[in-house]
Amino acid sequence: MKKTCKTQLPALILVFALLILWQMGAMHMDAAYILPSPTQILQKLWELRVPLFTAHLPATMQVTAIGLGISIVFGLGLAILMDASPAVSRAVYPIVITSQTIPTTALAPLFVLWFGYSIWSKVLVTVLITFFPITITVYDGLRAVRIEMIELLQTYGASRTQIFLKLKLPSVLPYFFSALKMAVPMSIVGAAIGEWLGAQAGLGYFSRRMITQLDGAGVFAPIVLLSAVAILLVAILGFIEKKVIRWRGEQ
Amino acid sequence: MLEFRHVTFQYEVEDFNIIDDLSFHIAPGEFVSIIGASGCGKSTIFRLTNQLLPLKSGEILVGGKDIHSQKRYCGYMPQKDLLFPWRTVGENLRLPLEIRGGMSKAEMEERVDAALRQVGLADAKGKSPAELSGGMRQRAAFARTVLTDSELLLLDEPFSALDFLTRISMQEWLLGQWEADRKTILFITHDVEEAIFLSGRVLVVEETPIRRLTSIQVPAGYPRTRACLSQPDMIALREMLIDLLRKRGTA
Repeated sequence: MKKTCKTQLPALILVFALLILWQMGAMHMDAAYILPSPTQILQKLWELRVPLFTAHLPATMQVTAIGLGISIVFGLGLAILMDASPAVSRAVYPIVITSQTIPTTALAPLFVLWFGYSIWSKVLVTVLITFFPITITVYDGLRAVRIEMIELLQTYGASRTQIFLKLKLPSVLPYFFSALKMAVPMSIVGAAIGEWLGAQAGLGYFSRRMITQLDGAGVFAPIVLLSAVAILLVAILGFIEKKVIRWRGEQ
Repeated sequence: MLEFRHVTFQYEVEDFNIIDDLSFHIAPGEFVSIIGASGCGKSTIFRLTNQLLPLKSGEILVGGKDIHSQKRYCGYMPQKDLLFPWRTVGENLRLPLEIRGGMSKAEMEERVDAALRQVGLADAKGKSPAELSGGMRQRAAFARTVLTDSELLLLDEPFSALDFLTRISMQEWLLGQWEADRKTILFITHDVEEAIFLSGRVLVVEETPIRRLTSIQVPAGYPRTRACLSQPDMIALREMLIDLLRKRGTA
């Protein structure tokens, strides 16, 4: 613990210095509708705690959870299918890679047109942003399984299912966690973008509404909350990962 | 125990048969080493025997029957121990038993415990492979190979990655294991001294493509100690084998 504190210290000092700089700059500018100071944002966060925590945070989290859930289920499924069948892999892999160059956020208004203000337009943005990174990372993990280990199991007479369950599944776990740690913040971003473009609730929606009221601190407050939630979720994932994969890096 | 009958094999990327009409025979309970320069095709003989590679023509028999009609007729131990890092030592040993199936958990535990005792790793059962030394890892990998319950063991340079002193003690240890249960062992090595210390007979790969293996009887009985290596006929044999391999190297 002490060691962690020591290694994190330089970063903490830097963050603290930047916050002070921001505070002084904002106080000097004295234009809270453009650049609110950190203390003003915290104050706003406290004032708005009831609507933020009871209505908007749950709305965003719902979109994130549904979108991420869909991405995980279908992303894992597609990765496993691609690994099992070279034909599927050859057909899908180039499409998946190319699709990463499409600016998903630019398509988002179209989804609002299709699905209206229901949560599904937001869910679709989240899925589009997270689905392919999960698929590719897990697929690469499956391909990285050592061929000698597969062969060893083959000499024991293992079936394809046994090779998958006893070798591929455990060895792909680190890749899966990496994919999740990447996808969780992305899915929150996706949900917020979706809400920006059209929604009746959610932190993205709330932030946008505050812009129309020229309430700078009100714009920042939900963003700070979003970041805090993303950091917290990634930290929880990291903790679970450490518990589940004690052997990481031992290969 | 193991018989090659006019076996021919060609790698797809090559335009010649690396194994060409090869026949040889190994009797039950023999300890035979195959020596040859690296890349000469020694390992290909193993990969044909354990069916990781398909024959082009000819037959391989184990126990008088064609290998294609049999399962678990040979235990294969590659150069790298290939212990799965996410499994404890005991769980690694259980792998061949799990894959075979039809055994209760208690039975498997009993077999694993006995195998661990036999290789002197009873205390390491719950440890992660990363906690073991190189020699211990090889002993665990050997125990796992024995648990395939095959009468024929194919050991592919199992000690070549170990330091000199560990290698010597592992060789003595392996001889002890073999003298206890007299399984048929086919041992690949490029270390001439290792070959003559361990084996009753040495098969030399003199040429690639492999059309024949030169069989040379080792003039020493069992049990053996390293002292036998300093007998004049053993020294003569060692020099003769080195000459044979060198001749091939310069050809």
